[in-house]
Amino acid sequence: MIPIVPSGAAGGGGETARVVSLYQKAPTIYARAVHGRFARWRWAFVWLTQLVFYGLPWLGWNGRQAVLFDLEARRFYLFGLVLYPQDFVYLTALLVLSALGLFLFTAVAGRLWCGYACPQTVYTELFQWVERRIEGDRVARMRLDASPWGWNRVWRKGAKHACWVVIGLVTGVTFVGYFTPIRGLLGAVASLDLGPWETFWSLFYGVATWGNGGFMREQVCKYMCPYARFQSAMFDRDTMVIGYDAERGEPRGPRPHKADPRARGLGHCVDCTLCVQVCPTGIDIRDGLQYECIGCAACIDACDGVMDKLGYARGLIRYATENGIAGRWSRSRMLGRVLRPRVLVYAAVVGAGALAVVTSLALRAPFRVDVLRDRGVLARSVDDGRIENVYRLQIMNATERVQRYAVAVEGLPGLAAVDAPTAEVGPAQARWVPVRVQLPADAAAAASRGSNPIRFRVERLAEGAQGASVVLEKSTFIVPR
Amino acid sequence: MSDFLHDGWSVYIATTTLAGIVACLVLLSLAARRKVMSGDNTTGHVWDDDLRELNNPLPRWWMGLFVITIVFALCYLALYPGLGTFAGSLGWTQQAQYDAELRRARELEAPIYARFAAMEVDRLAADPQALRIGERLYVNHCAQCHGSDARGSKGFPDLTDKDWLWGGTPERIVETITVGRHGVMPPMAAAVGSGEEVRQLAHYVLKLSGSAHNNLAAQLGRPRFGVCAACHGVDGKGNTALGAPNLTDKVWLHGWGEQAVVAAIERGVDNRMPAHADKLTPEQVRVLAAYVWGLSQPLPLPQPQLQTQRLSAR
Repeated sequence: MIPIVPSGAAGGGGETARVVSLYQKAPTIYARAVHGRFARWRWAFVWLTQLVFYGLPWLGWNGRQAVLFDLEARRFYLFGLVLYPQDFVYLTALLVLSALGLFLFTAVAGRLWCGYACPQTVYTELFQWVERRIEGDRVARMRLDASPWGWNRVWRKGAKHACWVVIGLVTGVTFVGYFTPIRGLLGAVASLDLGPWETFWSLFYGVATWGNGGFMREQVCKYMCPYARFQSAMFDRDTMVIGYDAERGEPRGPRPHKADPRARGLGHCVDCTLCVQVCPTGIDIRDGLQYECIGCAACIDACDGVMDKLGYARGLIRYATENGIAGRWSRSRMLGRVLRPRVLVYAAVVGAGALAVVTSLALRAPFRVDVLRDRGVLARSVDDGRIENVYRLQIMNATERVQRYAVAVEGLPGLAAVDAPTAEVGPAQARWVPVRVQLPADAAAAASRGSNPIRFRVERLAEGAQGASVVLEKSTFIVPR
Repeated sequence: MSDFLHDGWSVYIATTTLAGIVACLVLLSLAARRKVMSGDNTTGHVWDDDLRELNNPLPRWWMGLFVITIVFALCYLALYPGLGTFAGSLGWTQQAQYDAELRRARELEAPIYARFAAMEVDRLAADPQALRIGERLYVNHCAQCHGSDARGSKGFPDLTDKDWLWGGTPERIVETITVGRHGVMPPMAAAVGSGEEVRQLAHYVLKLSGSAHNNLAAQLGRPRFGVCAACHGVDGKGNTALGAPNLTDKVWLHGWGEQAVVAAIERGVDNRMPAHADKLTPEQVRVLAAYVWGLSQPLPLPQPQLQTQRLSAR
């Protein structure tokens, strides 16, 4: 698919060895503003994602921030959930589901994520909007960059960077606001009283936003992003990608506005190069699908505008499958291929995974228990020959009220926890409780020497408890030889 | 402190490190240019009849990243240890960082311990914050031997009973924690006599605490208790000045029954508790002692109050 473009003057065969640099300054891309259906979609996603990102830390819940990842206290609050580090499997599940979701979208319609919702795209879009307000569109920007440094260039560049820095800092502070309560954070910013780490991470994410959205832009997609690399592996011949209909467009060339292209032996492409000018990665989609293409459909919007002006049908560049373009298929026939095995499997796995996570969260006990055998003492015999093992139970309260818990033990006849220990644990707190477990002498004689499997049964003593309120945790009881 | 047998090694390592960095630079500059073997912007290789490798240059900032890593490495090696025995110009060491963090922690703790300093031990043992601190100190420094529940095990004393080898007053407990203890009972086999005589003495010792024993053997063993009385007292009630256990109660630190007692008499006992003066500050020792002392008090001490950290919306 990748055409080999001769670079410059093709030398006379392989005999003359020229020396070339393997590193070149990447040319700046001046993407032209684009308006149309897909651009509106992208802006919708910009609004949606940024409203969520900037807005979420401001939501309150139960007298605290609704979404807060308190790294210092190692508690993670997600609306009604209080998660412990032990719940990190849910983060794993989220990442797995995200990856599978990416596979699913990509198999159906190529780099949808990249084109519309990826933060890199979204911030680049925001930064370019600011750039256009201040410096003007493509041609004006090229002229400005070529002009000598003067008042005009200085104030425009200065104003642009000032806006960019503000966006970057707001983003950085918001990001840190997910880890430190944002209201206090904003107060600290206002009074220049930020902690060292908060300052560092705010600036780090601010600078990263400014650098990625303002300077790196398409370079991130082309050279850094791992997803860009492996998404092409998700494509098949029935994936909707952005394609140029060469059969309809070629031979390309300019023509008078009202001329009939057929009579002139021309296709529908007027070679206006708008599709190249709007492309954020600077490729020419008419050369076929290339790995740089992020599927943003800016070229579709640009070309459709031109086709409308000329009175030709839209869709010279359109979302189409490889099979569809090759076989001149109708849109409905291409869409008929959406439910193919690859997509169905991805969808089934995503669905099953999501269901599993939701079920697991719904059935999650409102507290966790970790059992540790005592570090020093394996087993000891106490009065009248009873065998005693000592354990430490960590009880982690995942609710936001004080709770009482009762500890019992089961698994061997006559096995009992001494003094029926109970523990009171504060809201979202964890506590270590030492528990002594004793086995009567006769039962110990009957039990096997060495380690015997037992279970701790921790019950929440609560009025109006909701959800499961018993946690069983496995451990071992050691009977000395 | 020398890391190496010979200073040459330090020079060797430093040279190797720097040569490696220089080699990276050389490699980068050599690999940044190449001869073009064909005129069509490919490397000239052809696989599978039609597959060719395009020569798409990387962006220059990519090479800049490589250079930055090299600059970073050189700056790092100038500031921090990394070149043989060169300590780095900042003089950073793990130990110094640890000490600084420890100092900082001590500063943060100071006001808390200042409040405790003004309290009597029995009030300290009932203070919820002191209890929480004491519990954590106990779990970190004592639980390895004495158990999480402080009930000890064979060879490690139970801290929750009323039986104290070295005295159970808070002052004695502070002393025990600070300087450690060394409980020694010499092997007494020679002083006591034959195996049978040792067995008879053991039965007398068992009789002292009302444990199961053979009355006749105990009667025969009684006269030999004189050698024991030097430390354990004539009545066998022990001596906290020497750490000699009370033989009249049912606490058997080194095992219960004839066999265990015979073993103790014949082979003696050598039991140590390490000193904690270098691990804990005197203030910490005091809180810990109050916690340990509180464990053995029959009065029901209040449960540690709950620490409720409401997340303020500030």
